[in-house]
Amino acid sequence: MKRSGALLLFPLAVLLSGCDLVVLAPAGDVAAQQRDLLVVSTLLMLLIIVPVMVLTVFFAWRYRQSSTTATYTPDWDHSTKLELVIWAAPLLVIICLGALTWLGTHLLDPYRRIDRIEPGQPVTQNHKPLRVEVVALDWKWLFIYPDYGIASVNELAAPVNQPIDFRITSSTVMNSFYIPALAGQIYAMPAMETKLHAVVNRPGTYTGFSANYSGAGFSGMRFAFHGLSDQAFADWVNQTKSAQAALTRESYLELERPSEHEPVRHYASIDPDLFGAILNLCVEPGKMCMNEMMSIDAKGGLGLAGVRNTLPLQYDKVARRGAVFGTDPSYVASICTAEEAAAASRAARNDDDRDWPLRDLSPLRGVGLLAPGAGTRRADAERPSLGLLRFEL
Amino acid sequence: MPESLTKFIFGRLTLESLPLHEPIVVATFVVVALGGLALLGAVTYFKLWGYLWREWFTSVDHKKIGIMYMVLGLVMLLRGFSDAIMMRLQQAIAFNGSEGYLNAHHYDQIFTAHGVIMIFFVAMPFVTGLMNFVVPLQIGARDVSFPFLNNFSFWMTVGGAILVMASLFVGEFARTGWLAYPPLSGINYSPDVGVDYYIWALQVAGVGTTLSGINLICTIIKMRAPGMTMMRMPVFTWTSLCTNVLIVASFPVLTAVLTLLALDRYVGTNFFTNDFGGNPMMYVNLIWIWGHPEVYILILPLFGVFSEVTSTFSGKRLFGYTSMVYATVVITILSYLVWLHHFFTMGSGASVNSFFGITTMIISIPTGAKMFNWLFTMYRGRIRFELPMMWTVAFMLTFVVGGMTGVLLAVPPADFVLHNSLFLIAHFHNVIIGGVLFGLFAGIAYWWPKAFGFRLDPFWGKVSFWCWVLGFWFAFMPLYILGLMGVTRRMRVFDDPSLQIWFVIAAFGAVLIAAGIAAFLVQIFVSIRKRAELVDVTGDPWDGRTLEWSTSSPPPAYNFAFTPIIRDNDAWWDMKKAGYRRPLSGFKPIHMPKNTGTGVILAVFSVALGFGLIWYMWWLAALSFVCLIATAIGHTFNYHRDFDIPAAEVAQTEEARTALLAAEGARA
Amino acid sequence: MASTAITAGAEPVFHLEEEHAHAEGGSTMLGFWLYLMSDCLIFAMLFAAFGVLGGNYAAGPAPKDLFDLGLVAVNTTMLLLSSITYGFAMLTMDKGRVGATQGWLAVTMLFGLAFLSIELYEFAHMIHEGATPQRSAFLSSFFTLVGTHGLHVTFGIVWMVTLMVQVARHGLIEANRRRLMCLSMFWHFLDVVWIGVFTFVYLMGTLR
Repeated sequence: MKRSGALLLFPLAVLLSGCDLVVLAPAGDVAAQQRDLLVVSTLLMLLIIVPVMVLTVFFAWRYRQSSTTATYTPDWDHSTKLELVIWAAPLLVIICLGALTWLGTHLLDPYRRIDRIEPGQPVTQNHKPLRVEVVALDWKWLFIYPDYGIASVNELAAPVNQPIDFRITSSTVMNSFYIPALAGQIYAMPAMETKLHAVVNRPGTYTGFSANYSGAGFSGMRFAFHGLSDQAFADWVNQTKSAQAALTRESYLELERPSEHEPVRHYASIDPDLFGAILNLCVEPGKMCMNEMMSIDAKGGLGLAGVRNTLPLQYDKVARRGAVFGTDPSYVASICTAEEAAAASRAARNDDDRDWPLRDLSPLRGVGLLAPGAGTRRADAERPSLGLLRFEL
Repeated sequence: MPESLTKFIFGRLTLESLPLHEPIVVATFVVVALGGLALLGAVTYFKLWGYLWREWFTSVDHKKIGIMYMVLGLVMLLRGFSDAIMMRLQQAIAFNGSEGYLNAHHYDQIFTAHGVIMIFFVAMPFVTGLMNFVVPLQIGARDVSFPFLNNFSFWMTVGGAILVMASLFVGEFARTGWLAYPPLSGINYSPDVGVDYYIWALQVAGVGTTLSGINLICTIIKMRAPGMTMMRMPVFTWTSLCTNVLIVASFPVLTAVLTLLALDRYVGTNFFTNDFGGNPMMYVNLIWIWGHPEVYILILPLFGVFSEVTSTFSGKRLFGYTSMVYATVVITILSYLVWLHHFFTMGSGASVNSFFGITTMIISIPTGAKMFNWLFTMYRGRIRFELPMMWTVAFMLTFVVGGMTGVLLAVPPADFVLHNSLFLIAHFHNVIIGGVLFGLFAGIAYWWPKAFGFRLDPFWGKVSFWCWVLGFWFAFMPLYILGLMGVTRRMRVFDDPSLQIWFVIAAFGAVLIAAGIAAFLVQIFVSIRKRAELVDVTGDPWDGRTLEWSTSSPPPAYNFAFTPIIRDNDAWWDMKKAGYRRPLSGFKPIHMPKNTGTGVILAVFSVALGFGLIWYMWWLAALSFVCLIATAIGHTFNYHRDFDIPAAEVAQTEEARTALLAAEGARA
Repeated sequence: MASTAITAGAEPVFHLEEEHAHAEGGSTMLGFWLYLMSDCLIFAMLFAAFGVLGGNYAAGPAPKDLFDLGLVAVNTTMLLLSSITYGFAMLTMDKGRVGATQGWLAVTMLFGLAFLSIELYEFAHMIHEGATPQRSAFLSSFFTLVGTHGLHVTFGIVWMVTLMVQVARHGLIEANRRRLMCLSMFWHFLDVVWIGVFTFVYLMGTLR
């Protein structure tokens, strides 16, 4: 019996050894911590699951009808002690798991700057993060490096052991930005900015993709993520800079049109305000940016005068069609110039980066989690959340 | 015909809308059409239309409606499963540059349809059918509170199913995933009819589901036999009550959110658009406020089934009845506090994520307590391994694994690496197949003799059981592994060849499950053929404990000749022990509701309304809407909806049973 | 009776001798309450949508630019009065006075129609000014919430006409009384919802 069990397991072991369980063996510290939490939670739960499964099989066998030796107590249906145990046992496990969850969720919040490169190596002032702006397009990925003034399509590179700050958005529909070897995923949503902080520790080429279905070309929405040594990364930057193309508003509008299986592309220069414009849905000239609209709305709108401040849609990336009983497709026209709009969104972004260089480098522990209303909050005020959920619980 | 007239009559329906260029669809259509014609021909040949119309379609008898729900669920299971096996095949072969055999247009519809059909038109009808059939019998009632509404609810569910099926051959279905997140499902990115089919099919079916929920709550609250206090209700009735509370408190949310999506698509409002201040994240929140209770709507009644089965086949009172009831109620309440765990990755703060993660984990406490209650019901029992009990043990061994991976996914940092992966797919199939489906098969095997008066053939049942159980493990364990390899869901083609072997194993599992479904159908067929051998005249083939086993199988239209009086939560067990003797005289006339065709007619108009709206045939939509309202009003002018079954007829029915029982006694 | 049957004598009694009739329509009130609560959830969702989107004017007009509180006050009065007159209809129904009941129902209906006309006038006026449901998420959620309430009132009026015909035909029989009771609950429910609309949409919108 035992030997046949081992024989059955053998092919499984062979199969498993042949495959790359990237979630269990990642190359980045954040993903590694997430993996640890995964493993610990599983072990904790097995404390309950295994006894239950063993008891199920044992009781099923022990109290089978043909068993003549087993006790039979047809009217026994209550035991306070036993009931206490069966409620308490899962409760204890959940208390442990809950504590673990609370801590893990805060420490591994993708919006929080990482505080260590790898176990035992805290982030110092020398680890200036690499900023990458990520745009999910139909059906490809655009990566903008504002610090280097370059951009690439379907190829992401980063130096090992240096923190990476991702700012993520999408041009049309929901996607999810996910590099399993690097860190957990976060949604990419139009007109929303999500953030991810991560670090890659081992050089190598890893796969990244969209983990949220986004339409016909979804399967091909994959890219290579290169973890490079500092030298190799410098080479990659130089190589990118030697490309011909420039990423301007016009070339972005061209790139933004739906396409599948795009080859890797590099841009030697970028429009520095482009990501802000993409995020605020105002790459098209003359369109009102979301941040402009939101600040107008916060002041009470433009009144009845603003009601007709719309223009028929000219640019049409998906051959969009209006609703059958709706008005013709239109957009809200901007009331300030492109420069003013860009300046506004630049100001907002600089505001965001104020916390560099880091003032406090001590690793975040439990005390790092501010109590509600306790003075300075982490820079997550503008995280995308429903107004309803904005309160800190 | 001038173009404008064509457009007026047919809206946006043109010849190109028929998928004549897609050979797979055409072949399917031919098979379905031939099968359908054969069925219709047979019904006509055997002159069954009148019988079906009078005895079934217009019936307000909860037992017949329950059975019709089960038939609907079974038919749709075949459709939903064909989608599944097509996906498995595509994913098993689309490697090394191969595009597989399905293009994106087709594949994306298939995974959407699979999810929608399996949840709304397989699991829901099965669960509703079971509750409809069993609950009134268990509480000693003659029918549900609103028998006509029950019939109407059923036909609305059928109407939704018809719209989904129509999308296969006329136009297309949504290509958005089963919850149709905007902006992808908005008019800009999904301008075709697919999402409209989705919306109207769910709206039509949703009306039925909500009304049926109201109906069953009223039935359980108001129609219990004397002596049956709340804490003497059988556990299945308790779980049904909680499920229906969940239905009534969650389906309106779905109705509202789909209405808003429909307004976005038809009127051009800006609820979930990117521009003009819309907020797609609100859709995700709202739909999961419905969606999470929905999964408990599916599983709770099956928890009830497992309780009944374990107790009956262990020949023992259920261990911890009170804690079982409280566990059910706690799950009901908590199921509203966890919806955000479906999108931890949307960027909520760590505190919000932890809150929802921990509430999710807390649900596992009452669920765990239930598991232990079943275990200790088996403890010191005398377990008979008939088919329902086999399914129950398989459930206990399978479901705990799914429960464990579920709690794992409730840990937000773990969810960040597993969200939307095949690990998630494996998890929810683990609980839905291992919990809901195994429970349904247990329930079907358990109550089949009650519904038809003969048992199901055990041999083919065991074949089906083993195919399903093994097939499940083969089909979904590889998906857990693939999830850990970072493979995401809804992928059509792959470029990493090392994944292929796992998809091939999963496809093999799907084939085993196909064999399980086939064996189940064979089991039904064989059982009908051998019904004389498998017959049960006692009405109590399993030595049952609850009231439904006290009446004949199948029960008479009026269920119980005399309303029973209840002294214990295992009412029938108590009656048997106390030497209960069936009353043989003193029958009184019984007041019963009359059959009506209004439910069918209303559902037909609703389908026409939906079809008109989907295809922009405004005349059809307007006409059917007016007819719908007129028919509904017309129905209220009928004040004579009841009749009395004369005492003589009751006596005759009961005497026939007496004779049968005597013959059986003589033979024994 | 049931309880005495259980304890009567040594032999336990397991069934009622008499036919156990659940009074016809005995579940109707509970069922209708449940329906109202499910409808209430739909309104709750629409209120939630308005709560989330109500400030998103898309650089267009805000409540203070659009709402005429005077008009809305008149409108609210119409609906509140209609609830009172429906109450009178129920009082006369209890006394079995068919004519008076019908009269009060007619008055209720007139108030309902007045409410609807004012609401339609308000909508038409806004759309004429360009403040269409498509212009901003705020307007989408406003028109949907208020419009859904208006549709319910319309439905209530159709129902009321139906019931008036049925009362005329059959008088105040048990079934008709039950139906009038249901409509009464429905009508008052709409009143309660409207108070929410008036407070959260109009008053708080204008004051914002």
